[in-house]
Amino acid sequence: MNADPAPLGEVAASAPVDGRVGHPPEVRSYYARPVIKEPAWTWEVPWYLFAGGLAGCSSVLSLAARLAGHDALADRARLIAAGAVVACPPLLISDLGRPARFYNMLRVFKPTSVMSVGSWLLAAYSTAAAGAVGLSRWGRLPRLRAVADTAAGGLGAVMATYTGGLMADTSIPVWHEARRELPILFGSGGLASAGSAAVLLSPRGSAEPARRLAVTGAGSELVVENVMRRRLGMVGEVYERAEAGRYHRAAQVATLLGGGAMAAGRHRPWLARLGAVSVLVGSLAQRWSVFKAGFQSARDPQATLAPQRARLNRGEGHRESSRS
Amino acid sequence: MTHSAHASDQLNHAGGPVPGSQGTRFGFFTDTSVCIGCKACEVACKEWNQVPERTDTGFTGDSMDNTGDLGADAWRHVAFIEQPHGHDAMSRAGLGPPIIDAARHAGNGRAGLEWFGQDPGLPPGAHGAEAIPQLPVFNGEPASPAEDGFRWLMSSDVCKHCTQAACLEVCPTGAIFYTEFDTVVVQDDVCNGCGYCVTACPYGVIERRSPGQPGGGGAFKCTLCYDRMKGSQQPACAQACPTDSIQFGPLEELRARADVRADELIEAGVPGVQLYGHDPSDGVGGNGAFFLLLDEPEVYGLPPDPVTPTRNLGEIWRWIGVAAAGVVAAAGAAVLGGDR
Repeated sequence: MNADPAPLGEVAASAPVDGRVGHPPEVRSYYARPVIKEPAWTWEVPWYLFAGGLAGCSSVLSLAARLAGHDALADRARLIAAGAVVACPPLLISDLGRPARFYNMLRVFKPTSVMSVGSWLLAAYSTAAAGAVGLSRWGRLPRLRAVADTAAGGLGAVMATYTGGLMADTSIPVWHEARRELPILFGSGGLASAGSAAVLLSPRGSAEPARRLAVTGAGSELVVENVMRRRLGMVGEVYERAEAGRYHRAAQVATLLGGGAMAAGRHRPWLARLGAVSVLVGSLAQRWSVFKAGFQSARDPQATLAPQRARLNRGEGHRESSRS
Repeated sequence: MTHSAHASDQLNHAGGPVPGSQGTRFGFFTDTSVCIGCKACEVACKEWNQVPERTDTGFTGDSMDNTGDLGADAWRHVAFIEQPHGHDAMSRAGLGPPIIDAARHAGNGRAGLEWFGQDPGLPPGAHGAEAIPQLPVFNGEPASPAEDGFRWLMSSDVCKHCTQAACLEVCPTGAIFYTEFDTVVVQDDVCNGCGYCVTACPYGVIERRSPGQPGGGGAFKCTLCYDRMKGSQQPACAQACPTDSIQFGPLEELRARADVRADELIEAGVPGVQLYGHDPSDGVGGNGAFFLLLDEPEVYGLPPDPVTPTRNLGEIWRWIGVAAAGVVAAAGAAVLGGDR
């Protein structure tokens, strides 16, 4: 009876095992329909990931520069942080299905929800970052200003990285399975963009630490992104396809060229500035590629099913395989 | 079928929870072996809960299933799988007989499959009863229904009402809560439509409703007819189900009943029988709505090994911490390093 056509409603159970690490055989599915839902999130989210990273890391840079005595850089980074954080709440609110009810986020504090913790974090961090700028302009209450600077620096480090955990605390395979790398990837991107923004906007001669930071961030971004895709195996192949693939390649090229230019631009400010623009673009494209990869991963039933079936077959699942 | 399905002291004569049964966990046992794919559950659910028409309704062209999947505007979904002979899990793997043999040998009269492959025909005297039945043609050859071994798998899917519900755990507003019947319900007047639950659900159940629809922008899913339960009524789908494929009741009782039923079917030789979501030690702590399936879960569009993503929350926060420490260290190195 091998003349049967492929069974209706099933992907043929042929197993294209190609020996790649983490490439489980294709499993049957329900008419190749997705098993999980695509995110409901819209364009505001990747911009928020970018703005939050830029703001948070700028606050960290500002605090570090202040402690090391680079006051000009510290002032400028503090302004950049406040400028970026101003964009964050509107982006998040306009992404809601019911924006007029945004304040319900502050109705409860739920440690099991990274978004709940993140909402409170954003509320606290934006108060500190904006307060620090306001107090420094006003010129009074220097102690309170120092407290605000310290708080913004400390909270900023979490602000720039928690968004990785926000994406990871979901059932989207390409996000959840990258739960180790995403916070580091977003933190690296934040450092790269904070350093670059400070290079572009700081007074001449004061931006050397920012340039070093941007180079470190860009390099780390490239390394972590590679590690992430390697560890994801089959699930990570969405980074080579369609929109996620295009953003991913753009991010790689822009970050590599920009990081290289900044590394070589120590005594050539124009080259460093050119590189800074490229690194900023790369960091933004990186968030877009992660964002789009989530949609593609959710659409692909094999990304959900194959690793689960493989897990069960290895005896490492959370439920018994069938009674067969 | 007798109404043994309702023989619980927690249920009234109408199959609803008796007053004072708060604190008991109620749920669904969906026995897909007796589902006939009539979709009465889908209709009853839409009617009772005033679930709007789907905006993306269409003709799938795949099967008799034109609902496609669960979502904000489909809280019950009947899946249709058409399996020609030899394509079910067991006979393909050489592990068991094709279902037709099981049906033939289901002699004890309890498997509910005695009719399988035997067209009872129309009663004598009925219009068309004298017509010679046309044999179906399968793969280009005429085949008697008793021999083609073709089977339809039908299953009414629904929100699983997980013990550890991912949607509830990630909800930042507290809009999603466990009721006094241990079911999982969205409070529409609290939900602000952040969509986090949509990405968290490992089954793809909950969804944000399109703007423009009633309640648009908010997240919607099965409530296990919370309003009806409070009024001592059973959920609309269970009441409408003509074959008791959807059984409502106290979860413990349903689990015991499902074990008996699965053993019956296995004894009768039905291939692929397995319970899905009944085990409290699985990746979501077990489901309040669980299933008896006749093939692997993925064939029905169900994830074979679902896990609540928040189980890895500790790891997630640990790596956020590592990353944050790294950010601070990198900034420190940048301002201190080099020769200024």
